[in-house]
Amino acid sequence: MEATSSSVAGVRPSLTKERTSRRSGEQAIKGLLLFAALLSVLTTTGIVIALARETIDFFREVPIADYLFGTKWTPLAGGDQQSFGVLELVHNTLYLTGLGLLVAVPLGLGSALYLAEYASPRFRRIVKPILEVLAGVPTIVFGYFALSFVTPLLKDIGFDLGTFNALGAGIVLGILVLPTIATVADDALTSVPGSLREGAFGLGASKVQVSLRVIFPAALSGVVAALVLGASRAIGETVIILVAGGQAPEITWDPTEAMQSMAPFIAATSQSDIPAQSVEALTIFAVGATLFLMTLVLNLVAIRFVRRYRQVYE
Amino acid sequence: MSVAETTITRRVVERASRGEKTKDLLFRSVLLLCIGIAFLSLGALVFDVIRDGGSKLSLEFLTDFPSRVSPERSGIQSAIVGTLLLMALCAAFIVPVGVATAVYLEEYADRDRWWNRLIEVNIQNLAAVPSVVYGILGLAFIVRDPLALGRVLLAGALTLGLLVLPVVIIVAREAIRAVPPSIREGSMALGATQWQTIWKQVLPGALPGIATGVILALSRAIGETAPLLVIGAATFARFNPGDLTSDAFTALPLTIFRFISDSNTEFQSLGAAAILVLLALLVVMNTGAVFLRNRYEQKW
Amino acid sequence: MRSDTWLAVLASGALALGAVACGGDDEAGGGNGGGGGDESQALSGTITIDGSSTVQPFAEAAAELFNEENPGVKITVGGSGTGDGFEKFCRGETDISDASRPIEEEETAACKMENITATEVQVANDGVAVITNKALSIPCAKTEELKALFESGAKTKTYADANPQFPAEEISLFTPGPESGTFEFFAEEINEQEKMQREDNVQTSSDDNVIITGVSGEENAIGYLGFSFYEQNQDKLNVIDVDSGSGCVKPSLETIQSGEYKPLARPLFMYPSAEKAKRPEVKAFLDFALENHQEISEAAQIVPMTEEQASKSKQAIEGA
Repeated sequence: MEATSSSVAGVRPSLTKERTSRRSGEQAIKGLLLFAALLSVLTTTGIVIALARETIDFFREVPIADYLFGTKWTPLAGGDQQSFGVLELVHNTLYLTGLGLLVAVPLGLGSALYLAEYASPRFRRIVKPILEVLAGVPTIVFGYFALSFVTPLLKDIGFDLGTFNALGAGIVLGILVLPTIATVADDALTSVPGSLREGAFGLGASKVQVSLRVIFPAALSGVVAALVLGASRAIGETVIILVAGGQAPEITWDPTEAMQSMAPFIAATSQSDIPAQSVEALTIFAVGATLFLMTLVLNLVAIRFVRRYRQVYE
Repeated sequence: MSVAETTITRRVVERASRGEKTKDLLFRSVLLLCIGIAFLSLGALVFDVIRDGGSKLSLEFLTDFPSRVSPERSGIQSAIVGTLLLMALCAAFIVPVGVATAVYLEEYADRDRWWNRLIEVNIQNLAAVPSVVYGILGLAFIVRDPLALGRVLLAGALTLGLLVLPVVIIVAREAIRAVPPSIREGSMALGATQWQTIWKQVLPGALPGIATGVILALSRAIGETAPLLVIGAATFARFNPGDLTSDAFTALPLTIFRFISDSNTEFQSLGAAAILVLLALLVVMNTGAVFLRNRYEQKW
Repeated sequence: MRSDTWLAVLASGALALGAVACGGDDEAGGGNGGGGGDESQALSGTITIDGSSTVQPFAEAAAELFNEENPGVKITVGGSGTGDGFEKFCRGETDISDASRPIEEEETAACKMENITATEVQVANDGVAVITNKALSIPCAKTEELKALFESGAKTKTYADANPQFPAEEISLFTPGPESGTFEFFAEEINEQEKMQREDNVQTSSDDNVIITGVSGEENAIGYLGFSFYEQNQDKLNVIDVDSGSGCVKPSLETIQSGEYKPLARPLFMYPSAEKAKRPEVKAFLDFALENHQEISEAAQIVPMTEEQASKSKQAIEGA
């Protein structure tokens, strides 16, 4: 099941053992491409370096145990109120991302399925670009949208919300991420070979069955890529939560209350008036490093999952 | 869907029982509803923005420079030019690098080597790093040593490029992966080298997907404020950057951010109008890529 | 062929945009600018200003008016925050740093390491207004009463707990977050605590406009923010006059400027580097800004300095 599109690997050498000039040309190209790929490693190294030194400085002042296991995050408060427990931020980040995905995944995959399997080519050509425009709306617009439209709307429906609340921010976060999931998943679904569809129909399956049981699993790799991209965007999203989520010192599971996650904290603090060398400023780097590690772990899990279940056709 | 598929589907639907037809219709409506909700949100958003800022749109708005002293004479020319140049430079960076990386990972890399796995995980991880951290990265290494470009357009474009590069790579990879191996094998069998196969067969086949990736990437980049703020782009500049490597610059999202956060409601309306301009730019930019996508789309 | 036509359209569109971009390269700026400018100095160069977003409007207005007489000088203004502004300033990346608080020792030391001397120049004043929802009526409050409502460890549950004459409504606070200079300032002056504020019944935001939305949206809400934000939204909010021992003082341009609005008035600064100020365009800009500070502050909707404060600032520049 590990066969991939590079399954040709075993066949390749014998086919291209031709004129040497061609061969070295090929090698040169391969080298160039590898170089491009290494840029991503360079970027990560850069990020790690940029974060590491200040993070180490931070941990000279704040004990790691306090940071990792404390449940109160009020680093900028004075005196007794100051507390560096990152757990709250981590909880909030996962909570808000979860809320956002709860909205974005069904809507996004639903839209993708419709576009790929039911929509006419013309419908698709018009609708898909419009969805992509949604992905380009500056996030500050979404933030104000959450505050001035979504929260009042939810209040009208009957939820008892504070002005800043996780529910409004989470929903709008989902709307932000929706086009990413929809368009990438749609691409994945459309590239499933037609022969699969026809075969399934030929066996008497209904359209619903074909979509859900045949096409979807076949496009799993692409769909998961869409979900991963969407989740990544949600985890790192800054401005929406900054504007509409507010801040709250304690951990809460209540979506009607305010919440601040890791990325907006970094943004708000770096924009602030605190001196750049203080321990408060160093929190930016510590939180940045934590976020980085967190997403690394999540991604490793996702990759393992895909590798196990991916299928290749043809 | 091809003619053959449509015919088959129709026959299938005709044969379906009443229960199955209802189920199908229900399913279809639910899916359509999903798209509907997305559209409604976009509509509400745009409507909100138009209501706030539509009145401020005019030719002078596009050609004037920002004014603190007289909001009526305030325009966003420097921001528009900044954004256009940023996007052009950014695209020039991410398309070759992104596609090259994707091609390497899909066509050349031996999956069992640990360094190739490392690159893969790397890229996926980078997609989740918040834009502020990219700002920190850009400030630390692009604006300052070792690249030491200063707070100029090129630095901004590279920083944004690094931010959205993972999107291009991930989506391009999926697109390349979706090209059936039979195409490659057929091409090789006819005597083409690997690169020729990629260049002439695989990439054109993957073009629609790659276009989607570039669209998503640039859409993200055009609206990003935080990284530009951190690297020191100006939010107020009354001139267009003449030299890409030595002049300071500003861009639309920064101007929008500035206007919207102002206490003066005049400026807030200007901010809304600037958002409309940004969306218009975005649509124009996307149209180009969408056009490419539609032209080359094919079903295997 | 259809597709090629499209490509042509796109290409010409891009060319057209490029033409606009290049064409618009000459400085704008009203040719109908005020007097002077006969001294054909033809100043040129660039000035980079960054720092506090509170001072930013002043810097922008100054840059614009200065440009009317000296179109050859390219000035950019950023708003990355007082702290970040100093960081860039002390590395020599900016020429002038805007600040809503005086420079701190660590920052001066960091500057010294790069041989940069920061000169403190006050340019304007700022005040913090205490606001309430239109339905909540608290015309005047003593600083001790405000402290009882806002401080960390506050025991008050309703406004009447601080003063029986206040409405017996449950307290609901909207304030800037702890990363804000306004927060720090208020905490120091009113709560008399360093960066501490009560944690219950409080909603914070880093965006002043959002605070306005919050306070005007909840009936028993109270909050505080920069004066100019209140001034622009007087129709949506009530303001509380502050009594620091000598009677109720309403925040206004005059009371903030004169210092009568105690203790919630503070100076705003620009810190040019002494070395950079030697450049003719920088010197001219600073002189211009102080000479015309009244007009600039008005344009920026910021509280101007008194003449006394202005002459002190002028001396600071001369000395630099």
